[in-house]
Amino acid sequence: MIEIENLTVTYGGEPVLTEVSAAVGEGELCLVVGPTGSGKSTLLGAVSGRVPHLTGGQVGGNVRVGGRDTRTHQPRDLADVVGVVGQDPQATFVTETVADELAFTMEQLGVAPALMRRRVEEVADLLGLADLRDRALHTLSGGEQQRVAIGAVLTAQPRVLVLDEPTSALDPGAAEDVLAALARLVHDAGVTVLLAEHRLERVVGFADMVISLDGGRAHAGRPAEVFATAPVAPPVVQLGRLAGWQPVPLTVREARRRSAPLRERLGSPVLPTREPGEVVLTAERVRVTYDGFVAVDGIDLDVRAGQVTAVMGRNGAGKSSLLWALAGAQRLAGGRVRGEDQAALVPQSPEDLLYLLTVAAECRTADADAGVEPGTTRGLLDALVPGIDDDANPRDLSEGQRLALAVAIQLARSPQVLLLDEPTRGLDYAAKEHLVVVLEGLADAGRAVVVASHDVEFVAQAADRVVQLADGAVVADGPVRDVLADSALLAPQVAKVLSPQPWLTVGEVSAVLAEEQP
Amino acid sequence: MTTATLTHPLAWWAWAAGVTVAVVRLPAGAATGLILLAVLLVGVACRADSPWAKAFPAAIALGVIIVAVRVGFYLVVGLPDSSPVLWSWPQIDLPGWFTNLSLLGPVHTDGLTSAALTGLSLATLVITFGAVNAIANPRLALRCLPGSLHHLGTAAVIAVSVTPQLITAIARVRRAQSLRGGARRGLRAFTARLVPVLAGALDQALDLAASMDSRGYARVHPGHRAGRRGVTALVVAALVAAVAGTYALLDASAPRGLGLALLVGGAAVGAGASVLASRAVVRTRYRPLLWGVRAWVVAGVGGLALVVALAGHAAGTEPLLLGIVAAAALAVPALTEAT
Repeated sequence: MIEIENLTVTYGGEPVLTEVSAAVGEGELCLVVGPTGSGKSTLLGAVSGRVPHLTGGQVGGNVRVGGRDTRTHQPRDLADVVGVVGQDPQATFVTETVADELAFTMEQLGVAPALMRRRVEEVADLLGLADLRDRALHTLSGGEQQRVAIGAVLTAQPRVLVLDEPTSALDPGAAEDVLAALARLVHDAGVTVLLAEHRLERVVGFADMVISLDGGRAHAGRPAEVFATAPVAPPVVQLGRLAGWQPVPLTVREARRRSAPLRERLGSPVLPTREPGEVVLTAERVRVTYDGFVAVDGIDLDVRAGQVTAVMGRNGAGKSSLLWALAGAQRLAGGRVRGEDQAALVPQSPEDLLYLLTVAAECRTADADAGVEPGTTRGLLDALVPGIDDDANPRDLSEGQRLALAVAIQLARSPQVLLLDEPTRGLDYAAKEHLVVVLEGLADAGRAVVVASHDVEFVAQAADRVVQLADGAVVADGPVRDVLADSALLAPQVAKVLSPQPWLTVGEVSAVLAEEQP
Repeated sequence: MTTATLTHPLAWWAWAAGVTVAVVRLPAGAATGLILLAVLLVGVACRADSPWAKAFPAAIALGVIIVAVRVGFYLVVGLPDSSPVLWSWPQIDLPGWFTNLSLLGPVHTDGLTSAALTGLSLATLVITFGAVNAIANPRLALRCLPGSLHHLGTAAVIAVSVTPQLITAIARVRRAQSLRGGARRGLRAFTARLVPVLAGALDQALDLAASMDSRGYARVHPGHRAGRRGVTALVVAALVAAVAGTYALLDASAPRGLGLALLVGGAAVGAGASVLASRAVVRTRYRPLLWGVRAWVVAGVGGLALVVALAGHAAGTEPLLLGIVAAAALAVPALTEAT
């Protein structure tokens, strides 16, 4: 269905993809994996025709989709063969209501009205959108919006679906929802799917084929074979590699079946926990409401120094509102926050904080605003992520670098508490691991860190304490091991494989195994 | 509310055309006031529950400002006439080349009423525009464009829907920047907010353009690529002619024949080009809006007001009587159930 032959893409003399070859068969789900900047989006764009028609650049080699060469066909001429779904569904909506959005592609293709009506109904049923047909798009939740975005391209009955990180902005439940819908499309409707994804742990199980990109070069093949050596891999694969299982397990189920000897060898974890310091920030019966909707419903919370606290919960559970309240930047409907003048918040989209044209100018302004020695912010930035060019435009940085810049700016005031709202959005495994190290460093230096996140694997690595929210109230609060290890939905993969022993991360297991070796 | 239960938006625009012609053709006076009342009544009774409905109070405010500015201008630089003087400001004579002009000075009855009434006419037109937008969603109206203007229409739909998004983005960025210590004021605060908002809007526009392209927008039927530019030029020329013709018809001082010829000729060219262009655009409409009984009523009373104003004016009937009839007709949609 998709044939890629010796594809080379160059932007301004810099190769992004070099000699990539792969063939995806009819009805297969092919996963594209790789670190940030490895060319995943470019590869997907080459398949949908956006590269080179919308992006420019030089393209060598051939990409054929359903027999059509994407170099001679504009994206619009491929609309009946390839459906494209992006990261942010809201940015791609053209109309106002669900039914109109589902019909838009068919209107462009000139599908007969009677057939159009039928297909809208069918796709609505297939993706569980039947009850939402007349709703306005902006009133839907993130998971619902993403399902509408998938439905909107499906109504044209494309034979190939190209998805660029469709779950990166969703909480685990909503992401599960979207992936289940995708799996159903592959199994029931025989659609060929090309899927790029950062958080591999949820999708590897569905894949028939994997293209692993590293430095512009590709390794394509069956999942077990590619993941034996791929630079990015989900925790279960890393655990399999560590334990020397052959072939590497891709799902918790496979790993669990082989894990008995490893469990015996590891025993129960005796791991050092950080001693929490004094309370530096307190929320007392905090209530936040928006037009009568209660986002945070009377939460009491103590944030202690020298500790990383993770706030978890599904989208709309009140995580962001609680963080804004803790930062003293949210009007409270009730209760009070003590110590908020010592807190600094990095919001969900760090780019909203940045407005100058160079990194150096941002750093200088932050120094002046905080009234500290010139060079302080730049020093903090270098300690977080070294080597960012002074003259670079903050908007051209990678997600990880931009987050580091926002964190450095907020740290310039030396706050006691650093609050981060969904910091792992768009970060790859390497950047997330780096963030874990950074947060640990801050906690060791006696600062308090609060992270709102629905990324389970990240929280398992970074947090000491987990506060779980539902409907604006705290439903669980305790050490990370107690809250995550026995949770049905929130348990990290390693915990699922090695339960009942409460191991959480590959790092913990590898440290113990490394001690045993000599 | 589902699309199926809505009145056809073009019916509301026909109604607005009736209001416009009645306001422009009838001499400004009590008739204008009556028509304005009818428009306000219909606007309040029928406005929809959409973001556009918020434009209605804004249009009313704009109308008030227009009248105030018009009257204010008369008071400051108005020319004297022969009617009785109401009261006198101290006159300030301008030196040099402004010999004919003086600031303030005597206020005459006729000048003041005429200033207020011309202001009222303009305000009525602005409020009518606001009312129609509040009642009939402009997105739905743009959906009714013919095939040849489909692409233009979709682009316009997106352009109009960007505004609310920008407002949300500004609020979000302002909130985020309040987190970054150091109070910014004046120009610095303005650029600090503008840069992330505009950069974000640009990114979003590129995303949207890519998404629309991948979904087949602007797809041309194979074999119709040639000659498309010519057709587009024809359509644009026809539109310009139609606008100029309409203007000439509404402006009492322009030659009647020229306006009519421009309008008819433009319409003919437009129709021809539209048929040609529609062949190259293959697209269909999902659940098109139906022209129902209510649409006939709404468009009908608009047409009635138009005919009453034109024919009555030509026959020299008493303007107040014409105003009463036109306003009564225009207010009818307020009686039928709300959209």
